[in-house]
Amino acid sequence: MKLSAISAYSARRLFSLRLSLRSLRRRVEVVFPYSFGFASLGTVLIGGIVALSLATLGADTPAAARFSSPIELTLSKDGARLFALCEGTGEVVAFDARSGKIVRRIKVGSVPKGLALSPNGERLYVANSWSDSVSEIDTAALAVVRSLPAGFEPNSVITDLAGRFLYVANRISNDVSVVDLAAGTEVKRLAAGRGASYLAISPDGASIYCTHIYPYPGDFRAPPESDIAVIDTARQVIKDRYRLPNAAGVFHVALSADGRLGMAAQLRPKNLIPLAHVEHGWVFGNSISVFGADVGELVQIPLDELERYFTPPFAIALAPDKSAAYISTTGSDSVTVIDIPRLLAFIRAASPAQRRTLANDLSASANYVVTRIAVGTAPKGLALSSDGKRLYVANRTADTISVIDTAARKVSATFSLQGPATLTAERRGERLFFSARFGFQGHFGCANCHLESTFDGLQWDLEPDGFGQDIVDNRLLEDVAETAPFKWNGGNPNLETECGPRTEKFFYRSESYDGWELSDLVSYIKAMPLRPNRFRLAGGELTPAQERGKAIFERTRTKSGAPIPEANQCQVCHSGKHYTNLKMFDVGSGKATDRSPMVDTPQLNNIVLTAPYLHDGSARTLEEIWTVFNPKDTHGVTNDLQKDELNDLIEYLKTL
Amino acid sequence: MKPSFALVLVAACFSAVTPALAATPEMPRFRWENFTKADGLPDDHVFYVCVDGDRIWAATENGLGLYEKGKWKVYRPQDGLAHRAVLGVAVDKRTGVVWAATMGGLSRLSAGRFENFTQLNSGLPNDVVYGVGVEGDHLWVATAAGAGRLDTRTGQWALFNERNTPMYEIWTYNVSVGPSKVYYAVWGGGVLEYDVKTERWKDYNDPDGETEMVVQRDQGLIHEITTSVSYVEKDKMLWVATYFGASRYDGRNWKNFLEKDSGLPSNFLNHVKAVDGNRAWFSTDKGLAYLDGGNWAVYRPALDTHKPEMLVRDAAGKVTQVATDTAPAHHYVLAVDFQGDDIWVATAKGLSHGVRIQQIKE
Repeated sequence: MKLSAISAYSARRLFSLRLSLRSLRRRVEVVFPYSFGFASLGTVLIGGIVALSLATLGADTPAAARFSSPIELTLSKDGARLFALCEGTGEVVAFDARSGKIVRRIKVGSVPKGLALSPNGERLYVANSWSDSVSEIDTAALAVVRSLPAGFEPNSVITDLAGRFLYVANRISNDVSVVDLAAGTEVKRLAAGRGASYLAISPDGASIYCTHIYPYPGDFRAPPESDIAVIDTARQVIKDRYRLPNAAGVFHVALSADGRLGMAAQLRPKNLIPLAHVEHGWVFGNSISVFGADVGELVQIPLDELERYFTPPFAIALAPDKSAAYISTTGSDSVTVIDIPRLLAFIRAASPAQRRTLANDLSASANYVVTRIAVGTAPKGLALSSDGKRLYVANRTADTISVIDTAARKVSATFSLQGPATLTAERRGERLFFSARFGFQGHFGCANCHLESTFDGLQWDLEPDGFGQDIVDNRLLEDVAETAPFKWNGGNPNLETECGPRTEKFFYRSESYDGWELSDLVSYIKAMPLRPNRFRLAGGELTPAQERGKAIFERTRTKSGAPIPEANQCQVCHSGKHYTNLKMFDVGSGKATDRSPMVDTPQLNNIVLTAPYLHDGSARTLEEIWTVFNPKDTHGVTNDLQKDELNDLIEYLKTL
Repeated sequence: MKPSFALVLVAACFSAVTPALAATPEMPRFRWENFTKADGLPDDHVFYVCVDGDRIWAATENGLGLYEKGKWKVYRPQDGLAHRAVLGVAVDKRTGVVWAATMGGLSRLSAGRFENFTQLNSGLPNDVVYGVGVEGDHLWVATAAGAGRLDTRTGQWALFNERNTPMYEIWTYNVSVGPSKVYYAVWGGGVLEYDVKTERWKDYNDPDGETEMVVQRDQGLIHEITTSVSYVEKDKMLWVATYFGASRYDGRNWKNFLEKDSGLPSNFLNHVKAVDGNRAWFSTDKGLAYLDGGNWAVYRPALDTHKPEMLVRDAAGKVTQVATDTAPAHHYVLAVDFQGDDIWVATAKGLSHGVRIQQIKE
């Protein structure tokens, strides 16, 4: 059979399956409305059929297609060249900034996340988040010339103004590496925030600002809190922190050319109240933290409108003359434009009390948001020309770059990354994952809680069952395909029945995803790879402490020799490739506010990343699972362990 | 272990004091400025003091104090500190991070933000943390249940106790951290040495065993009840404070210092901080003492009159009183740290700043 014939056959088969599934979907919809908390048998059966059918459908999807997924942009010093960092293909694509013609593709490390130009423009630095390295590119030769060290999951880079030291924000190690560029060595690490992510330098070079995307692990059910760490570049220490109360998911930070104004893009999750209150403007506030001499004390301002949301704010570019701020809002496929003079006047006119609550006043944005410019799907990084006339926008899931004429406030051109011509199911699903268009008034999408396809470190009151009932901790999505059932109460037999899509439908009576879209979304989630584990040695062997911990994990007897009941052995429940036997257990961690003490055995892969722990996030650390929440040895036998033995167990868990 | 009897053979080193003569050795002189709660110090009982450039950290019974630009800032549990009783402080000079050892865990302070490590939420050996020290990416703690090391890059804790070191007592009291060696003062267990290169532990104990008798002078560590260690990397010299005298070890020979035959005002030592292989400061229950290699000086309010007092004892044992108008806040001294030529002193009744008086040579 020739290739064309195969394609035609596949297309016909695809069409046939789609037809049958469409009719099937109607039947599923009849069942769904009556299965809020626990899936009915009918739902389970039909869901299973849907899953089976969609899995069959997925077999037609080309597996090898790789999409560029441009995530960050920067311009050469003369503005002639645009560099697009593509996390999907692991490359920097150099464009002619005027024509949009691709000049060169430069391979870098795995899943690159951030890039920055050296002050003289001769070098481009790329943070390779899964390689734990920084690629140094010669911008004349357009070639990688050196690999530099970094911490765990480097996410962004910036140099000091002298170009002597490189600062690297490391998302997993929660710190900033200081790299001596002459020696090519890391000289120190500075403790930043949890999920240290984005960096910006003040125009005078004295300060570097660092945000973090995960909130600090605070007390149980306490409002989230984040901050912006300020690095003193002369002493290379953290000299200050701007507190960001109620903020989580803080992305880019930018400084004005005069250094008097700083802005950081952030989410304000309202996770302490039931999700059912979404129609009141709760659940998420999309906002900007504004700081610096222009405004005095830091103030948080909303980007949203009374009946429309723009989420999540990601990158910020400030016009050189401080006339405007441009903010990419990934789920809304748009760029928000703020008139800075009007914003400053508005903030200065507000009383201290008004400033404290401004972020919750959705009418406020009318005072300073001048327009929203539609761009491609999932806009992420921005680059503004030095004259402020052209704004480049990386449309991550469109594999394009929008060029905005800032005077006209319209897209004037679109550059293509020239990715695969045909979208795969996973790619279509990825678009849906990052989109907020299905949410009530565009309020939020999957990526609001699963930040950049991960998690958010928060606990949510998801169910419409009253205040404070069934609090659930957010879990990592990577490599979850084989870990059904889903939800902490095991109520969802497959990903198709997972909460997000259902929530859209029943809470807001919106159309939500159709069966095809749901299938695509599930394909994307199932395809999410597991990131490298940072706590295993290069060869995969274990350190002595990890070996000792493994023995404790696998033990069948207590230290006194008494047999441990099978159901209370770590290795029994946490078994298999994902360290879950996929069953429900009561491990004694249930609360009076839970409908049932039975919880789904969670997978443990990369468990070290996702604090807090237990079904409701009440254990702030791995240690607390056993030191605080296991008094009767119902969650494994641990009370006979010495402190150093518990430490060993945790060192082993970090390797999973 | 309990002392069977206290040493009462106190030599009258400072009892027959002569006025200052021209032959009196030149010892550092200070103008003492004392801080108490009235000045903004969190509490008068100061366990430890740590100099951080122009800033001074005071570990007190009721909070952590920061003295900067003439003002005190106080951190307490409501500000995020792990516990109000702060027993030790260390500053990571490379990163600016401040580590506070408290009675309720270990606090990391970075630009005003606390992160707390306890025995319940982390790998910290015990919540009673007496001492803390930083070297490179490693943080070392001395706790009531053994020693611990935190790798600040990976978050991994390594615990050291009776199961994996020669530590037969686990009440670690103080730690001195250098690039090649780490020393622990183990209360009742002598001194423990960790070799960074070989990752091996070695213990130093009183050859007389658990007695207060000194059978043979300089034969080893003076006593098992050690309270403080200070290692001078460049001179490869270890100084040890105990409740029964002080010791110095050069890797081969021990030298012991007792009240009866040195300038120490008391054998009860809370702390020792070395300047180099020959010079060290001793915090005792009867004043602050300094050894310049041969001569001694003692700074304190007089034990009887409480008037400022400075005594100098030359190498021959002759004691001279040096006129002074000021003295440290109290004779019960717990720790010192250096700020250039100045010295900061933690006492039971306040924090003292010794401003060095430049002496003009005739």
